[in-house]
Amino acid sequence: MVMWSLFARDIRLNIRAGGGALTGVIFFLAVIATIPFGVGPDLKLLSRIGPAILWIGALLACLLGLDRLFQADREDGSLDLLVLGNDRHMLALTVLVKCLAHWAGSVLPLVVAAPLLGLFMNMEALGIGATALTLLVGTPAITFIGAAGAAVAVALPRGGLLISVLVLPLTIPVLIFGVSASYGATADPDPFLQPFLILAALTLFLGVLGPASAALALRHGTD
Amino acid sequence: MRLIAENLGGERGGEAVFSGIGFALDQGQALVVTGPNGSGKSTLLRIIAGLLPKAEGRLVLEHGGDDFPSIASACHYLGHQNAMKTALSVGENLRFWRDFNGSGDSDVAKALETVGLGGIGHLPFGYLSTGQRRRAAIAKLLVSHRPLWLLDEPTAGLDKASEARFAGLMTKHCIAGGMIVAATHLPLGIEAAELRMGGATERLPQQGTAW
Repeated sequence: MVMWSLFARDIRLNIRAGGGALTGVIFFLAVIATIPFGVGPDLKLLSRIGPAILWIGALLACLLGLDRLFQADREDGSLDLLVLGNDRHMLALTVLVKCLAHWAGSVLPLVVAAPLLGLFMNMEALGIGATALTLLVGTPAITFIGAAGAAVAVALPRGGLLISVLVLPLTIPVLIFGVSASYGATADPDPFLQPFLILAALTLFLGVLGPASAALALRHGTD
Repeated sequence: MRLIAENLGGERGGEAVFSGIGFALDQGQALVVTGPNGSGKSTLLRIIAGLLPKAEGRLVLEHGGDDFPSIASACHYLGHQNAMKTALSVGENLRFWRDFNGSGDSDVAKALETVGLGGIGHLPFGYLSTGQRRRAAIAKLLVSHRPLWLLDEPTAGLDKASEARFAGLMTKHCIAGGMIVAATHLPLGIEAAELRMGGATERLPQQGTAW
């Protein structure tokens, strides 16, 4: 109940504060729409690199909104009260719920937009479906590990780029397994299930590690 | 319930802001912390709340029971910022904090009525004036019960009538067995012990102010 109210508040803010939810999608669209112009009208090549480009675009778009995850709460003093609530409900849980709300508000639209953008890359239906599925399973991991970065950089007024640089190396495994699972669905000898399961495991693992370390950073960052 | 501080010291950025602060606060008592800018009033409040680590000394809440095992769980912290979202309505803000903090003993409309903001719960918080925002933040203290109120310049931006109304609220809270620690420059109009900080050493104004 408590956590639901936090989730609902963050979703509402995401939709209402203007643009927060849409900037990621628009960036994603811009990246994917530019690729065919840069690569040229080689349809075979486009469909071959499609899953990788979708994943890279989604990854970068995910990183875009992360800096506001805790900073907005810090600026208006809410973060102090969220940290003070630690004794009633674990701060890591609060962070996890904020991550889920951020994911549902800002990242889920990317997953929804991915099939449409897959058409830009001349991908076939099966490839599009597989890529969207891996994005659905893999992108929460990026948000979770991004929360740790956002918590570390919460006191920096222009921490956005720093967060991306901090978080990007940690998201590489997610990218690798996400893309290889997407390819596994279409290219015959490559397996789909194994990389997909590792991707799911990464999400679950980071779902614990990310919020826990973010909570630790926030506890010591309330200066 | 009893809040005890002994020989408390605080620092900001590695430099001691104050040291040797001690007080004991029983239920129903209030403590007003005064002192010049930079004497560490805000730092002291944040240390009591547990938002900053203390440099030295002892700080405990005795006989809190199962409901309030620590100071953080027993306190409302009203800082310089109001901790309200400008994009949400006043009512939505208050309902969120009531649900998040739990154990509400007054519904949102009644709390807004109490601080003189009745009938504007539907307005976005961003539309309110400075004084109205502060009053909405004060209503946040009423929607969930905490025995200890930590107030940092609570009356900043309030007009005379609101100040008097807030003094009444604080007195009522104390009579009901609550405790208040307030840092302020202005007289609050309540019966309270005074803790004067940093009289001897003159400091630069920006030191020790919490953001």
